[in-house]
Amino acid sequence: MRTMNLVLHVWRQPAANKQGHFERYEVPDVSDHQSLLEMLDLLNERLVVQGKEPIAFDSDCREGICGTCGFVINGRPHGPQKATTTCQLHMRHFKDGDELTLEPWRAKAFPVIKDLVVDRSAFDRVIQAGGYISVRAGSAPEANNLPVPKERADLAMDAAACIGCGACVASCPNASAMLFTSAKVGHLNLLPQGEPEASDRVRNMVVQMEAESFGHCTNHLECEAACPKQISVEFIARMNRGFLGAAFRGRGPMLSRVGGK
Amino acid sequence: MTLNSNAPTGPIETRWSRHRFDLKLVNPSNRRKYTVVVVGSGLAGGAAAATLGELGYNVLCFCYQDSPRRAHSIAAQGGINAAKNYQNDGDSVYRLFYDTVKGGDFRARESNVHRLAELSVNIIDQCTAQGVPFAREYSGLLANRSFGGAQVARTFYARGQTGQQLLLGAYQSLCAQIDAGTVKMFPRTEMLDLIVVDEVARGIVVRDMVTGQISSHLADAVVLATGGYGNAFFLSTNAKGCNTTATWRAHRKGAKFANPCFTQIHPTCIPVSGDYQSKLTLMSESLRNDGRVWVPKDASDCSKDAVRIPEVERDYYLERLYPSFGNLVPRDIASRRAKDMCDQGKGVGPEVNGQRRGVYLDFSSAVERLGEPVVAERYGNLFEMYERITGENPYKVPMRIYPAVHYTMGGLWVDYNLMSTIKGLFVAGEANFSDHGANRLGASALMQGLADGYFVVPTTVADYLAKTGKNPIKDEHPEVKKTVKDVNERVTRLVSIKGERSPDSFHRELGQLMWDDCGMARTKAGLEHALRRIPALREEFHSNLKVVGDSDSMNQQLEKAGRVADFMELAELMCIDALHREESCGGHFRQEHQTEEGEAKRDDANFSYVAAWGFTGDASKPALEKEPLDFEYVHPTQRSYK
Repeated sequence: MRTMNLVLHVWRQPAANKQGHFERYEVPDVSDHQSLLEMLDLLNERLVVQGKEPIAFDSDCREGICGTCGFVINGRPHGPQKATTTCQLHMRHFKDGDELTLEPWRAKAFPVIKDLVVDRSAFDRVIQAGGYISVRAGSAPEANNLPVPKERADLAMDAAACIGCGACVASCPNASAMLFTSAKVGHLNLLPQGEPEASDRVRNMVVQMEAESFGHCTNHLECEAACPKQISVEFIARMNRGFLGAAFRGRGPMLSRVGGK
Repeated sequence: MTLNSNAPTGPIETRWSRHRFDLKLVNPSNRRKYTVVVVGSGLAGGAAAATLGELGYNVLCFCYQDSPRRAHSIAAQGGINAAKNYQNDGDSVYRLFYDTVKGGDFRARESNVHRLAELSVNIIDQCTAQGVPFAREYSGLLANRSFGGAQVARTFYARGQTGQQLLLGAYQSLCAQIDAGTVKMFPRTEMLDLIVVDEVARGIVVRDMVTGQISSHLADAVVLATGGYGNAFFLSTNAKGCNTTATWRAHRKGAKFANPCFTQIHPTCIPVSGDYQSKLTLMSESLRNDGRVWVPKDASDCSKDAVRIPEVERDYYLERLYPSFGNLVPRDIASRRAKDMCDQGKGVGPEVNGQRRGVYLDFSSAVERLGEPVVAERYGNLFEMYERITGENPYKVPMRIYPAVHYTMGGLWVDYNLMSTIKGLFVAGEANFSDHGANRLGASALMQGLADGYFVVPTTVADYLAKTGKNPIKDEHPEVKKTVKDVNERVTRLVSIKGERSPDSFHRELGQLMWDDCGMARTKAGLEHALRRIPALREEFHSNLKVVGDSDSMNQQLEKAGRVADFMELAELMCIDALHREESCGGHFRQEHQTEEGEAKRDDANFSYVAAWGFTGDASKPALEKEPLDFEYVHPTQRSYK
């Protein structure tokens, strides 16, 4: 085991409507077995002892699946390691003397709540607009009545692996949510169970996404590189095709639901 | 008050259907007049809120996370059991029922378990229809695997992310109801107390974790689905935010707490690497299907590289001790044997606090037999996760694993309708005690959460509402105002102690104490030691706690402090329960009560009951009430996995 001394530059912002700034912290004696969040826990414990307000950051499962954690580390959402959430990033990827800059997801649709904590409820509203299959509990047919080709089910699973962390938005120069939205559209529209609502789903989710002030996709593909679950941008292309088709087949005014409910 | 389980009698196969017919219904046009509060948005809470919304009730759903999609059900890896018998290998509802009662070491209620087994098949239908991408065969039909000691392949799975996919299914159904306006969602909102008026649950008091505002939400029924209390041990596989506050506060208001000492230690977790550790990571139990567990025969080999220890010098102790189940023995047995090996000085990996706590889980023979691509397809994501955390490659060197606290079978006592001892307070999922007895089988937690949420709670809550009728109270009701005031005072007190120690430092100390004295193997002396220490630690907590910041904005230290305060009381109850239960069963292992081979020795003559503890006003003096358990169908035997 080796230990290291680090310097952090952390975005501190007391509340959404207050000014923020970078604060410098020296963090000595960090073990390379620690996770990055455990390093922040350690710093926070030291701050508490000094009577200083600890750094607010979100995390929960700390095993890379709940999607709660995430901030930008040296300019990269979730940090330097590919396919890894912030909570799974370990200090062995850093070395003594390193300086780390930690800042929250930057996107108009994700306002800062405090320090590194942002409000990602826009994602929930995109799902509420159509990211589901309407099936009342108790009304489902026998599961094996509808076989799904394995390749199709596997592809749907690739898309369904999205953890909703927001790194795709944070990495995009336009703060677009296309990868997030297309992953859910891809997951559900690939399956026969999702077919009856497929057109409404893609239209309503895209319209809601735009209403949430996410930017447009201009094919930078940063999102795929930042995605801790390696969701493919192929789902964006798939969604674009589905959206065009749905626009032609459209039922009722597309914008009617925005701002409602 | 005597505990009435309200469990139906008669032939077990028809108990649930007969009971359901006897329950009262609410007319569809009247449902929206009833408000139901659901606390928690995991499999049980999310499914219950969505289903109650579909039925037309006015639902308020609360979670502490920033989105209901993040509840800790999401972290379940392995799978979900269902008695579909798609494999034609002899499975049936009755067999799943039998396995669950036996696996729970005869400390669960038969009626509940049979209902769970019946509903398991409906759950798979429901989730598949929601678009849960379960693994499939090339025929396009659903695939199964054998899991956690079961001799039939009844486990459905979605890669190593079954919990995630099931939770997203429930979350998406919840989203549909939020969009439809039947459910109002309150994320980043933590329940801090239950409102009880004339012994009936009438709502909750919550804190908005962004603004710090404390408010009341009134309801005609309250459903708690707030998960387990494994974080009493500080280190567990639970998410950092998992806590007992909702259940503990309900307990203080009159809900009895059942079998709090029944905690499950999961055998396959990544060992602790140092004292900064903030949580433990589970490696799916499915790994035991192909991995072989061993330690060096000779303790002096423990510091060597695993690959340099020859085959003859390895002790595959589970295969040696349990020839017919081998590496697939139930969780409690696998865990305890790993502890035994390490206590004998045969543990591997780095020394932490003077002991090597780890055993090998070796895939070399699986790689040889199946080839690396097949092993990678089955376990690739788990191997990557392991490598990310430890920096070691499991294709090249054996994994190191050690048991960790994972699940709590105990919880608030509920009757067959999942109603607690407070009228109108329902408890679902891990938060209740009902279905797993003293030990939960693998892939059964997801099943229970969803059975409770999609099928049981919506039915039984309707019965309660129909029988109780509308009897609205107002925010100005003295009991409501008093509960809000109490919560305000409690929160203010925590920030104004201004002592020296952080909430985490207390939590770590409590957790270590619990792990040492109320962990995998318990003794009278150890438990008595804990019972002396906990009240003293609690006293120090309330006089020497340091919470930086104020209570009227986001304050994560304050959130932790409130949760630790409740763990400090629950921990004592866990030890009291463990001390009183003079037997070993399932996850509760008392050193004094074991067979000559070192297996758990139950005492059915004296302890075949559910221990339901009531709060008396003094956390050190709870009142015990017993619900006797009858086994009409599955007759208690000593479990044998030899």
